[in-house]
Amino acid sequence: MLEVKNLQAGIEGAEILKGLDLVVKPGEVHAIMGPNGSGKSTFAQVLAGHPGYEVTGGSVTFEGSDLLEMDADERARAGVFLAFQYPVAIRGITNAYFLQSALNARRKEQGLDELDTLDFAEMLERKLEEIGWDDSLIHRAVNDGFSGGEKKKNEILQLAVLEPKLAILDETDSGLDIDAVKDVAAAVEKFRSPERAFVVVTHYERILNYFTPDFVHVLAGGKIVMSGDMQLALELEKKGYDWITEAAAV
Amino acid sequence: MTQALDVGSAAERYAAAFEAFANNGAGSAPAWLKERRERAMARFADVGFPSGRQEEWRFTDVKPIARVPFTLAPAPEAHGITAEAVQPHLVGGKPGHAAVFVNGHFAPELSSLDRLPAGVTLDSLRGALERQPDLVQEHLGRHAADERSPFTALGTAFTSDGALVHVAQGVQLDEPLQLVFLAVPGEGDSYLWHPRILAVVEDGARATLVENYAGLGEGAYWTNAVTEVVVGEAANFDTYRVQREGNGAYHTATTHSQQGRDSKYSLVTFTFGARLSRHDITAVLDGEGADCTLDGLSLLGTEQHTDHHTTLEHAQPNCTSWEYFNGVFDAKSRGVFTGRIIVRPGAQKTDSKQTNNNLLLTEQARADSQPQLEIYADDVKCTHGATLGPIDEDHLYYIQSRGLTRDDARALLTYGFASEILNAVSLDALKSDLDARVRGWLAGRAGGSVTG
Repeated sequence: MLEVKNLQAGIEGAEILKGLDLVVKPGEVHAIMGPNGSGKSTFAQVLAGHPGYEVTGGSVTFEGSDLLEMDADERARAGVFLAFQYPVAIRGITNAYFLQSALNARRKEQGLDELDTLDFAEMLERKLEEIGWDDSLIHRAVNDGFSGGEKKKNEILQLAVLEPKLAILDETDSGLDIDAVKDVAAAVEKFRSPERAFVVVTHYERILNYFTPDFVHVLAGGKIVMSGDMQLALELEKKGYDWITEAAAV
Repeated sequence: MTQALDVGSAAERYAAAFEAFANNGAGSAPAWLKERRERAMARFADVGFPSGRQEEWRFTDVKPIARVPFTLAPAPEAHGITAEAVQPHLVGGKPGHAAVFVNGHFAPELSSLDRLPAGVTLDSLRGALERQPDLVQEHLGRHAADERSPFTALGTAFTSDGALVHVAQGVQLDEPLQLVFLAVPGEGDSYLWHPRILAVVEDGARATLVENYAGLGEGAYWTNAVTEVVVGEAANFDTYRVQREGNGAYHTATTHSQQGRDSKYSLVTFTFGARLSRHDITAVLDGEGADCTLDGLSLLGTEQHTDHHTTLEHAQPNCTSWEYFNGVFDAKSRGVFTGRIIVRPGAQKTDSKQTNNNLLLTEQARADSQPQLEIYADDVKCTHGATLGPIDEDHLYYIQSRGLTRDDARALLTYGFASEILNAVSLDALKSDLDARVRGWLAGRAGGSVTG
């Protein structure tokens, strides 16, 4: 589904990713772990198409298409979704209206009929029921005045509605207490399927206890320096990152 | 001829026009009104058209108004306006209680005033001068100060027609009272009118007023409106103002409100039209515990220019005011906002918040925002904030990352910005009219639209 080869990218002249390789198949969950400044968030943003990052080398293929040639909105309509670490507020636009607009943009691309407000409201209600969340967020302006936890939940709600093929979670657990991490991870778990892949970018392993990855990769100095399974994440939790980054530096 | 001479001769032109007006059309007015007019004309003759050298007029050049040889619009003998033409300018397309004016002249045949409940007056000013002369005399020209603006003075000088709104003590009125000022530009002449509105909501009463100004043609004309609002003790008055003058129009306006103890007054104003508009809003909180809300949305394009000059005067303790103005400026349009907050000595526990946000959709669009705080009491809370600039790239990216094209993301963000003010409209039918207008405006721009 996703093939990243020797990806090099940076921002404002500074090279951050220095030859990253990753292959993600449908149904797989990949965790990307690493110390601060290792390039985790850069990787997430480059996949989503942030215009501020410059790709200087390598390739990214998504379902056979050159992802790097596509604008952020084209990627989204093709089925790529990024849950932001810092979602922005959109004043004056309710969550429900925003979600409906986003979903219809995707449906139009897929040649499906756009959902009217009533059909959309029914669909949204079903989704909320599925995750077990109430509708308290949906009539508020998007992320406007939301707490940190509400913003993260809102990203997951968008994921639930947009049903992407590839979902990238960028530090979705950061700033959340343990109950909120469980709550969010349990919601994400509901959308795990043989067709859908996840890339979970995180500093800490705790979210992975509730959303177990098939693969764990350690990113350091702009490259993946070690890969393994959940055991690797647990080891990182115990020993920190230093032993890996030191080994990689040798 | 230099520009200064040009503008100077304009003041003389209006002095001559006043002579003719005083001798002919306005001859039947009561003595007190004649006197007030004359005093106002003397004031205008004294100061003339404002110049860019004056602080209050620094960003708005009114020479284009002074240069056009406007003449007072004659009473249209057969204006050709039908009820169907009026309908789009009524709240929800329904007549309700509406006084309709054509080129500043009351048009009874287009108005619907026969279902007014007891205790509620909605009348032409001419009619009111005959039917409720004492009430008009008590308030007309007593609140909006001619010294504040030359255009207020000019409006007072030429006071002839307009409307009286009166809601008697304790009367609770749900249905909005509507004033519709339709403009039909002259074929060859450039017309001018000075609508005068007096709204008095007595103690404990509750009412809603919608002022609508709409142009039915592209030609040049000038509306110079003065609205005086008196809100009695514990009264509640919600007002809306929609300015959709024609592309060739000039629009100057004064709104002055005076509030009693524990009263609530709100004004939500929408500026869509006119090539040049200036609105001076002065709200005086003159009774303890009064609350005032001023909201505004400007949505301009081409080379349109608008200037909102607001003054919130806290004259008594324990009053609250809230002001929120958003401007969206496309093409080469320009917006000016001045937000003055005055807290008089003794007006302790004043709580006042002012916000002015401006969205510039092109590099040629421009906005100027200036807060002016004059605080003469020590136990007050006054905050103000202003923003101006293009749409934020991070916001565009976030929305694009959900699948909307860049153009649609821009439209959505602009719509959200406008919605902040649309949401202040509590009359559902009016809100939906305005919402459609905002969407239409967005659709009329190149690229991007909002649906649903």
